[in-house]
This record gives sequence, C-alpha cells and structure tokens, in this order.
Amino acid sequence: MKYFPQSFAMAMAFSVGLPSAPIGAPPAAKISVVATTPDLGAIAKEIGGDMIDVKTLAKPTEDPHFVDAKPSLVVTLNRADMLIEGGAELEVGWLPPLLETARNDKIAAGAPGLVIASQGIRMLEVPTTLDRSRGDVHAQGNPHFLLDVTNVKLVAAQIADHLGKIDPQRATAYKENLAGFNNRVDTKSADWAKILAPFKGAKVVTYHNDFVYFANRYGFQIVETLEPKPGIAPSAAHIAKVIAAMQSSGAKIVLVQPYQNRKTAETVARQANATVVDYSQQPGALKNTTTYFDLMDTMVKSIAAALQEKK
Amino acid sequence: MNIGFDGIVDGGWSTTPHVRALELGDHDPLVRGFTIPNAELTLDANVDPYFKGFTNLVWKLDANGETNVELEEMYVITTSLPWNLQAKVGQYFTEFGRQNPQHPHSWSFVDQPLVLAEMFGPEGLRSQGVRVSWLAPTPFYTEAMVTVANSAGGTAYSFRSDESSAIHGGVALARDVRGFKDMLIVPRLASSIDIGDKQTLVGGVSAAFGPNNSGPDASTQIYGADVYWKWKSLTAAQGFPFWSFQAEAMMRRYEAARRVAEDGTVFPAETLRDQGGYAQVLWGIKPRIVAGLRGDVISGDVARFDPENLDDRFRVSPNFTWYPTEFSKLRLQYNYDHRKNLPNESSLWLQFEFILGAHAAHKF
Repeated sequence: MKYFPQSFAMAMAFSVGLPSAPIGAPPAAKISVVATTPDLGAIAKEIGGDMIDVKTLAKPTEDPHFVDAKPSLVVTLNRADMLIEGGAELEVGWLPPLLETARNDKIAAGAPGLVIASQGIRMLEVPTTLDRSRGDVHAQGNPHFLLDVTNVKLVAAQIADHLGKIDPQRATAYKENLAGFNNRVDTKSADWAKILAPFKGAKVVTYHNDFVYFANRYGFQIVETLEPKPGIAPSAAHIAKVIAAMQSSGAKIVLVQPYQNRKTAETVARQANATVVDYSQQPGALKNTTTYFDLMDTMVKSIAAALQEKK
Repeated sequence: MNIGFDGIVDGGWSTTPHVRALELGDHDPLVRGFTIPNAELTLDANVDPYFKGFTNLVWKLDANGETNVELEEMYVITTSLPWNLQAKVGQYFTEFGRQNPQHPHSWSFVDQPLVLAEMFGPEGLRSQGVRVSWLAPTPFYTEAMVTVANSAGGTAYSFRSDESSAIHGGVALARDVRGFKDMLIVPRLASSIDIGDKQTLVGGVSAAFGPNNSGPDASTQIYGADVYWKWKSLTAAQGFPFWSFQAEAMMRRYEAARRVAEDGTVFPAETLRDQGGYAQVLWGIKPRIVAGLRGDVISGDVARFDPENLDDRFRVSPNFTWYPTEFSKLRLQYNYDHRKNLPNESSLWLQFEFILGAHAAHKF
C-alpha cells in the first residue's frame, strides 16, 4: 500500500517536470530505508545512493542496546519501504513494541522489505549454554559483527539484493553500486591491513565486549574488558584485575565508545601506562566519520597511532 | 514463542495495621510483612502473517497466602490491516491514560496511583472487547483509538460492577445489555513530538462511557488527560542519565439513579463527581540507579460512601530503585498518607523483582 506522501511526491514531480528527469518519464520516488543503527544506514547509503532516503532509529552516540522506543520512531517505521536491523538480539529490548504499533507489512517478518543483517554472517562467540549468571550474553553470538570488513560486504550484498526485490526497475543500478562498493572496500581493506600489520598480536583492553570481530580480523588480542561480564558495571576489584592483566601482558590501549564511562577507562589507562582510544562503530559519533570509509579510516589510523606511540 | 516470567515480592511496615485502607490496588502491598503482589507468566508470538498473540497469566497471594489466579490479558493484534489501522481483540488492560495499561513489572513505584483504584477499582480497567486504532499520516506521532468492551464486572469498576455500592451507597442493580449503549466505550487520542535530540513529549486524552448499575438507565463518564516528558543524555550509558515526568488527571461523573441502600436508606437521584491525579518525577542518576518522587491526590463525592478508603486524601512517595541488571530490581519506597478525618500514616516498602526468560521490551 503506497503511503500518502510518496504518491503525492510522484504526482508533484510529474506535473512540475524536474529538469534532471529524462523527457516524458517521471523520476522515480526515493525508497525510504530505515536502519536501526547508523552503521547499517551508512552501508545502505553506499548501495542506494540518491535512489534511497536513509533514516536511522538509534543516534550515533547512543548505546544501541538501550534505545528508547519513542513514538516518533513508530512514525518512521510506519512510513518505511525497507527496514534493516542488526538482528542477533541487539535490538530485542526496544524494536518489537515499535514494530507492533508501526503496522507496516512491508517490513514484516518474511517480507522483502525486511533485512536482518546478521543472516549469513559467521558469528563469533556463540554461547554453548545460555545462563544469565554470565551476564547479558547474546544467544546468537556477538552482535557487533560490522567491525569486520568481510561482514560489511555480506550485509551490503543482502541490502542490494533486497533493494532490487522491492525496486526492480533499479535493480541493476543497485548491483552496479554494490560492485563499486566492493571494489572500494577491497582497496581500502588492503590499506587498513597494511597500516595495522606492524601491530599484529598487539594486546588491547575494551570497555564492553564489542571489539571481537575487529580484533579477529587484524590479529589483536583482547586481554580484558572493563565490564567483568557483559552489561555489568566495572567494580573496583575487577578494575584492579584489569590493570594487573595489562601490566603483565603489556596491553597499551584501552578502547572506549562515546556512551561508555570514559573516566573509568582513563583511570585504568593511567595506572597501566596506556592510552585511551575513542572509537565508535557508528558513523557520525566521532568527528569526520559520516561514511563507512571515513569511520574505518579514523578508527584504523587512531588505533595505529596509539599503538605506535606506545611501542 | 517468547516465554517470560516475572516475580515480585514486597516487604515492609506501616504505622497502621490496615494496610489495605492505604494501598487500594490488587498489585499493591497488602499487609505489614510480606506480600507477593504479582507472579506473571507472559507468552507472545506471531500467530501467522496476519496476527500476533499475547497472554498474561497472573498469580497473586492474598493476605492469608492463598493463591488467586487471573487471566489478566489474552489478545491478538492484527499486523497487516490497510489504511494504518490496527485491531486488538480479547481481554486486555484498556488503553486509557498511561498508567492503567502498564504491567506491574514496568511500574516506577511500588504501588498504583490512588486515582486509578478510585475510578477503575483494584483490578484496573481491563474488560473483554475490541480496540481499533488509526495511526494518522501526520509528520509527528498521532494515534486515535476506540475500545468497545463489556461493561460488567470488577474490571469495569465504575460501570456495571457488583461492587458499585462502594461508589453510590445503594444496592447494585442487575442490568442486562439491552443495546449498544450498554457497552463500555473508551476513546483515546495520543500524540508525541521530539524536542531537539534529547527530549520527547507525549500527551493524550481519554474517556470512558458506559452504563452503571445504580439504576436501569444510569451511566458513567470518566475523562482523563495524561502527559509524559523524558530527557536522556546523547551519550547515555545503558540509558542513563535521564529525567522523566509523568502526570495524569482524571474526573468521573457517576450519574446515580434514585436508589435504596441495604439498610433501607433512600438516596435521591444525583450526579456524583470525583476527581484525582498524580504527578511523578524520575531521575536516572547513573547506570542502574533511579530516584523517584510521586504525589497522589483524590477527592470527591465517593467519600460519603467509603470514607476509610476514598475520602479526600493525598500521598507523597519518594523512592529509590537499584537495578543490578535489567533482569532484577530492588526498590525502597516511603509513603506518607494523609486522609481527611483520619490519622496520617507512614509506610516503608522494600520491593524485589526478578525476570526469567524473554527480555520484555516496554512501551515508551
């Protein structure tokens, strides 16, 4: 069921006759793509370009596990042609009640407009037993998989495929954009691997257990996380343990995202003679990181710089 | 299918042994000592591409430790009606205001606001029926809905309820459903805007219309207005820090027919008016720690018939909640109750809650 503003826009465009449109053919309306988190939105933008309009539910600096299911997000989902969610239970705390009120069957389970990014990804840390005494462990594995550039290509392929299904007239264009994106990714990926190659085997500490896929890709070793268990705040006893582990292992950087407690990270870094490195897997959280490539460039360079300084 | 279980234990003391006169709701503390106000099993799943189903089975222990079981909710919602419509059918907490539809595990206080028990009774407004809602094509959220439901029983307290003598003093009449006007109709309009990046405001108006059994043609009208405001930091760690404010005001016009009390007293036909409200502030200080303060007030004509529970009164409740994780919570709350012509009372409650199974996501 086409919603009101889209048909109105098409009618207006047809009657006014936008100069850039080929003569006689009305320009096609933009596909409304909604991503739960900005990283998914940034990848979608690379594939869809000007053919799509991307809106994100979570803000770049926001903890993606704890987004408020506010009514304005219901409106965004109601008007969407496509929803891209991370899946793997990342959004389970807030997305379901939004979808119940959004009443949009274009993004219902099984519809071509629904993209679940985690599908087809080789998930790391899939738990063998599920027990909340181990903290808030995700049943389907670690959901922060977009930090591995290989997974980004898989998600981009899924998005191109689904865009082609809901917008068949431009399916070829999406495929072309995907090919272009993959080429750029392969080139940049080689650059990033080269920049980080000297630091293979480097030991790092992160606040929450969200860095595994990046560490896996570039050969870093995560010595400890500041959270003793996922979702549990760092206790004094655990902080002491982390500092000791850093001193004995030689870990020199502490990675922290904007919504995590930087003061705790700074305390630990100071005591272990290490550097705090701000990172985010969400484009837009840190300066000059609007696109996926900007984000990865910033992250790779800042981590390399910190590790170089402490060599 | 998602399966979840939620258990709550209240423990505490009050300056009066008649805790039930201070705490009027079915999921509130009952006694000096320990209360199990809620043990709730929830099941939900997509039924098929067209419907999603929910059910809530609730167990409560009474003051003597006897188990009462309640089919609290059982309903389906449609997932693919055209024109931005959605229907909900079954038994469910009627969508009136903000607090009435909330389950105990998402309450921000140990007990329900007084005005809800005054107007919707201890069980809340929760009848069997159908609700149709429309999401308007406005750039900001606007939803209009109406419920048509049965008007009888304890879950339709101000209507054809067996306990209506508590409201009007006369004997409750047995009234049949003669026509559509004898159904309970509950319309609601809600809207929301985001103010900048960090604030959200939600407002709504609701009404409930239905027959009451003080007489064969008597009816009740209840009106309510509600507002909710929330501020959350852009770099909120696990959702903290935040500030929120919620308030509701309600008013009831109970048209009481000429009626006779059990002891033979005759009451003339009259319109009984009652009103009340609450306002609460929550401060999410740092991850997992929330401080709260609520003020409650009720007053009106029903005081004549139930002075111990429902005479003009107000209550002030500061509280403090610690959530070790999203799956457990510990809450300490002090209640200061002031009732007209009765001594002021103080109560202190400690509440513990745990959640098993599916991660229950809350409505905003």
